[in-house]
Amino acid sequence: MIELSEEILLRMYYKMNQARFFEEKVEDLLKRGIIDETVYLSKGEEATGVVSGLALEKGDLVSMTHRGHAQAIGFGLDVNLMMAELLGKSTGYCKGKGGSLHIADVLNGNIGANGIVGGGFTLSCGAALTQKHKKTGQVVLCFAGDGATNEGSFHEAMNLASVWKLPIVFLIENNLYGMSTPIAKHMNIENISDRGAGYNIPGLTIDGTDFLEIYDVMTKSLRYARAGRGPVLVEAKTYRFCGHSSDDPQVYRSTEEVQQWQEKDPLFRLKKYLQENRVFTGKQLETIEGEAKSSIEQAAEFALESLEPDITTVLEDVYA
Amino acid sequence: MMEINEMKKMKYRDAIRLGMTEEMRRDDAVIFLGEDIGRYGGAFGLSAGMLDEFGEERVLDTPISEAAIVGTAVGAALTGLRPVCEMMHMDFVTLGMDALVNQGAKMHYMFGGQAQVPLVLRLPAGTGDGAGAQHSQSLEAWLCHVPGLKVVTPSTPAQAKGLIKAAIRDNNPVCFIEPKALYQTEGLVPLDDDYTIEIGKTLIERPGKDVTIVAYGTLLAKAMEAAAFLEEEGIEVEIINPVTLYPMDMQPIVESVIKTGRLIVAHEAPKTGGVGGEIAARIAESEAFDYLNAPILRLCGMDVPIPYSKELEASVVPQRNDFVHGVYRLLNRE
Repeated sequence: MIELSEEILLRMYYKMNQARFFEEKVEDLLKRGIIDETVYLSKGEEATGVVSGLALEKGDLVSMTHRGHAQAIGFGLDVNLMMAELLGKSTGYCKGKGGSLHIADVLNGNIGANGIVGGGFTLSCGAALTQKHKKTGQVVLCFAGDGATNEGSFHEAMNLASVWKLPIVFLIENNLYGMSTPIAKHMNIENISDRGAGYNIPGLTIDGTDFLEIYDVMTKSLRYARAGRGPVLVEAKTYRFCGHSSDDPQVYRSTEEVQQWQEKDPLFRLKKYLQENRVFTGKQLETIEGEAKSSIEQAAEFALESLEPDITTVLEDVYA
Repeated sequence: MMEINEMKKMKYRDAIRLGMTEEMRRDDAVIFLGEDIGRYGGAFGLSAGMLDEFGEERVLDTPISEAAIVGTAVGAALTGLRPVCEMMHMDFVTLGMDALVNQGAKMHYMFGGQAQVPLVLRLPAGTGDGAGAQHSQSLEAWLCHVPGLKVVTPSTPAQAKGLIKAAIRDNNPVCFIEPKALYQTEGLVPLDDDYTIEIGKTLIERPGKDVTIVAYGTLLAKAMEAAAFLEEEGIEVEIINPVTLYPMDMQPIVESVIKTGRLIVAHEAPKTGGVGGEIAARIAESEAFDYLNAPILRLCGMDVPIPYSKELEASVVPQRNDFVHGVYRLLNRE
């Protein structure tokens, strides 16, 4: 197994906590009716987004999914601006016009979350084509869910990316359900990574709750793509602890199943590792957790205090 | 040095290539992607020779994957290139609609103005070559229903060159509709490599005082022929070409109808839900309404799929005589 530096582990633990607190804060704001739009939470799936974000190099790009808060935090987006966007405020990443589904920071390489399942695959091909054309040496990390790999755009993008040897790592967060439909009912294969073979793309399946394996495989995959050898397909098996959206009654899965996965909570696994290997003292861990929590509290305050968008902006920015 | 006003007679098809070629020479960020556009030179020979000049890094043959072509173009545009992509036939844009409509068209707005999507989607459209129901459609009305897109269509070789250049220089997704029936038509084209046609500006193609005809694409020439015929009878038809179908510059049309009091709107696309209905509605909402001396007439494609037989094909889209009779009807001369 790979050894991670203390600095990386610190950032990982901080950001994973941030992601968890972010989702819990959003749940709270939803319950209180302060957010009344649809939001998709990634509680339980934080490791894939956060850890792979940390494996990126400066200047790499990312395309996110509708369940993208942890992905955004991993990439390094500002939680204040994220929270403000979720509350539809003028200070948000998209000035309140995008919401959770369209958080983006394009100039810094985040080409956006996406409300269309599978919408990011071909966009990533384009972003990667730009890197190839301009010889930047940067890679595009394209997140998607298991359900998205049943969209035609997945197959067109995989084929094109392979033929053109585009620098992309496709990271499929397989949380075992396409909304409510279990994976066994929507694809006839065990591992989504097998789909790489049809396009001569290396496919790997990993444990999406294990930060070490994610960091290891993502670092190698990004290196492979960066070297000009073409795309990689990584499938991370993971699980969302919450419903698909804020109004999901979750009738399609048992509480036993949810509990089983909660025992593999990626945040808990990371904490356990840090304790057992004495990377940080209990006090240090508490401090990191506290800082992460207060950053989210501040983000919520920032968002709540921010101004609503001026109604006159509604017609702005239809055209560049 | 070339004379600034120097003109050369060329085909509509070659004028598009000239415009694209000039822009690719001018700006390294312009790339061109599509099916069989490289060695083959495009299904209509439009890009012949471009691969040799610009190489495989800028003239990219794609798999037959329209969703990937459009999506890749959107992603490339978002990150700093200026892609031009070709659908072999406009009908195939249906396979790339998510990337165009849900992604490219909306990004500038839904990202709060932080990003631009400067891409051109070239769409060979319309009837004339007996290609049948899946290769002959004029789907512009679908595209004109999407805020964030610009939809343009040139009707002459000069417009083809000027407009493709303007489209490539535009910072928004531009749908560039090329009526296939015009590819072989000839006209004088300015050789000035800064010659552009302004997007969003309606043109008066022929002044007149009796009846206004709004026509574009293949129907512009048919309307012009009808106007020449009617001139012999002392009827002066004003012909207006919107050039940009969305967002449309309505003011010249409004002013023309105030002057003539009679309006015909024409397109090959089916009448129901077409761009012509939108023009008619906008005139009805405008101050020109009070000046109308006759009902607005729409001369449009019939509400049927495009049939294969050349005779049947020609029967479902407006022809020169339909304009002549339309004008008679509005003037109560039939």
